[in-house]
Amino acid sequence: MDLRALYEEVILDHNRNPRNYPKRPEGTSHTAEGHNPLCGDHVSVHLRVENGVIQDVGFEGEGCAISTASASLMTEALKGKPEADANTLFKRIHDALMTDGVNSDQVTESLGKLAVLLGVKQYPMRVKCATLPWHTLHAALKRADEPVTTE
Amino acid sequence: MNGAERHISDHGRNLFDVNEVRKDFPVLHQMVNGHPLVYLDNGATSQKPRAVIDAVSHYYETYNANIHRGVHFLSENATREYEAARDTVQKFINAADRREIIFVRGTTEGINLVAQAYGRTRLKAGDEIVISTMEHHSNIVPWQMLCQKTGAKLKVAPITDEGEIDVEAYLGLLGAKTRIVSIVHLSNSLGTINPVKKIVQAAREHGAMTLLDGAQAVPHISVDVQDIGCDFYAFSGHKVFGPTGIGILHGRRELLEAMEPYQGGGDMIRTVSFEETTYNDLPHKFEAGTPNIVGAIGLASALNYVSNLGIDAIAAHEDDVVAYATEQVAAIPGIRIIGTAEKKSGIISFLMDGVHPHDIGTVLDSQGVAIRAGHHCTMPLMKRFGVAATSRASFALYNTKEEADALVTAIWKVKEMFRR
Repeated sequence: MDLRALYEEVILDHNRNPRNYPKRPEGTSHTAEGHNPLCGDHVSVHLRVENGVIQDVGFEGEGCAISTASASLMTEALKGKPEADANTLFKRIHDALMTDGVNSDQVTESLGKLAVLLGVKQYPMRVKCATLPWHTLHAALKRADEPVTTE
Repeated sequence: MNGAERHISDHGRNLFDVNEVRKDFPVLHQMVNGHPLVYLDNGATSQKPRAVIDAVSHYYETYNANIHRGVHFLSENATREYEAARDTVQKFINAADRREIIFVRGTTEGINLVAQAYGRTRLKAGDEIVISTMEHHSNIVPWQMLCQKTGAKLKVAPITDEGEIDVEAYLGLLGAKTRIVSIVHLSNSLGTINPVKKIVQAAREHGAMTLLDGAQAVPHISVDVQDIGCDFYAFSGHKVFGPTGIGILHGRRELLEAMEPYQGGGDMIRTVSFEETTYNDLPHKFEAGTPNIVGAIGLASALNYVSNLGIDAIAAHEDDVVAYATEQVAAIPGIRIIGTAEKKSGIISFLMDGVHPHDIGTVLDSQGVAIRAGHHCTMPLMKRFGVAATSRASFALYNTKEEADALVTAIWKVKEMFRR
């Protein structure tokens, strides 16, 4: 079992030095909380959306290397993106992680730097760690009041 | 010959040979991710000896039948073995009467049974239920549900930084309003062995009913319910080398007699008409429906296995291995052990600077070492220590010092991977 497929250097780096963390941007307009009840991990995602564009983003909370790196990479990918693109990205990540088997090169390429998260697919128990920040983002964009959970 | 009998010499002195014991557990002999399996998740569930596996197969292969109703040969055999299992359990925990042994699904169901069948009709607004900070969710939530129904209040005895119940504070919580005290015998997250005799005695002096959650205690230490003096004692079969889905609620007979049934159905009745139903005697009053027959038989086989090895010999072996493992793990820089009570058994919960328990669990698994990472169903306890989760290595009678070494080597692998 090659752990490096899961803990790639990019993941370890984002875990050591999470970007946009802990941060709640000035003028946050969208925020949501996510929980993984199985492990007690929690994450909050904050967005400042102006004229339909994500101008700034940050996250707070406690999680494992996978969820921390996933959240960190997510915040980097979101800055400057229109809301609609953020939703598309959520769906793309979600589908890529939840589909059985190896993803096509096309899917992997479309994810760019975020493709590093696909290593988690070999570890079914850890997929929820990677998806938690994305589900939380999705809830923030929908302005859901209820905290989301991975269950 | 029963597997465990090999380990006993002619004059009855117990010769605990862990290498011989390991031969009784088929699942232990396998490679996981290219490494020999090191199973240190016994707090979650234990592995099964050949004797238990055989008892289960033997039931299905030779005398599977429903109990307490058939007049045919198989049913008589099944009934006899099911009831013999009750006798085995009675002896194992030294209950006063076989009718005090109720087969349930597990510790959780045992506690819920008491909360509902004892608590619903006896508690009223203002009454108090005392638990502790280190309880498993299964010894918290049933009481919260009871409080919601009755207006009773939940009181929580605090614990020390070492993970021991603050006995003075506990005694201070007891009073005229205390109706129920429900405490864990051996903590699943910390390994602490609580002074249950003292806790029970103090509760009784205030006229409170006492229940002990024995899920973790039974596989590790000798349990004598009469000596402890508790009213109820609950434990699970699968944590003591038996099957899942079977557990025991022990209750003092006069309390069980006075209680309403928990569930209605077959086997728990004497006569039924549409106007009136009369209930069966103990223990059947609390065993509605076809029970987990094979589970009870498998559990009896597991308890016989433990008895043949001798619980004291098991405890001595485990203490030796766990003391060694604790010393080795604690010596790793950046490791902090949660739960350092003077009286402990079987469990090492730890934190590592800068590395989340889930990541530790995954890296250890890559080395063949199975541990649990998470809150261990004790979220209030995690909060008490200011953490969301811990890594927990939990030992059983078949674990060795070599496995403790494998755990330590694997933890160093985590440090190497996550070094800053």
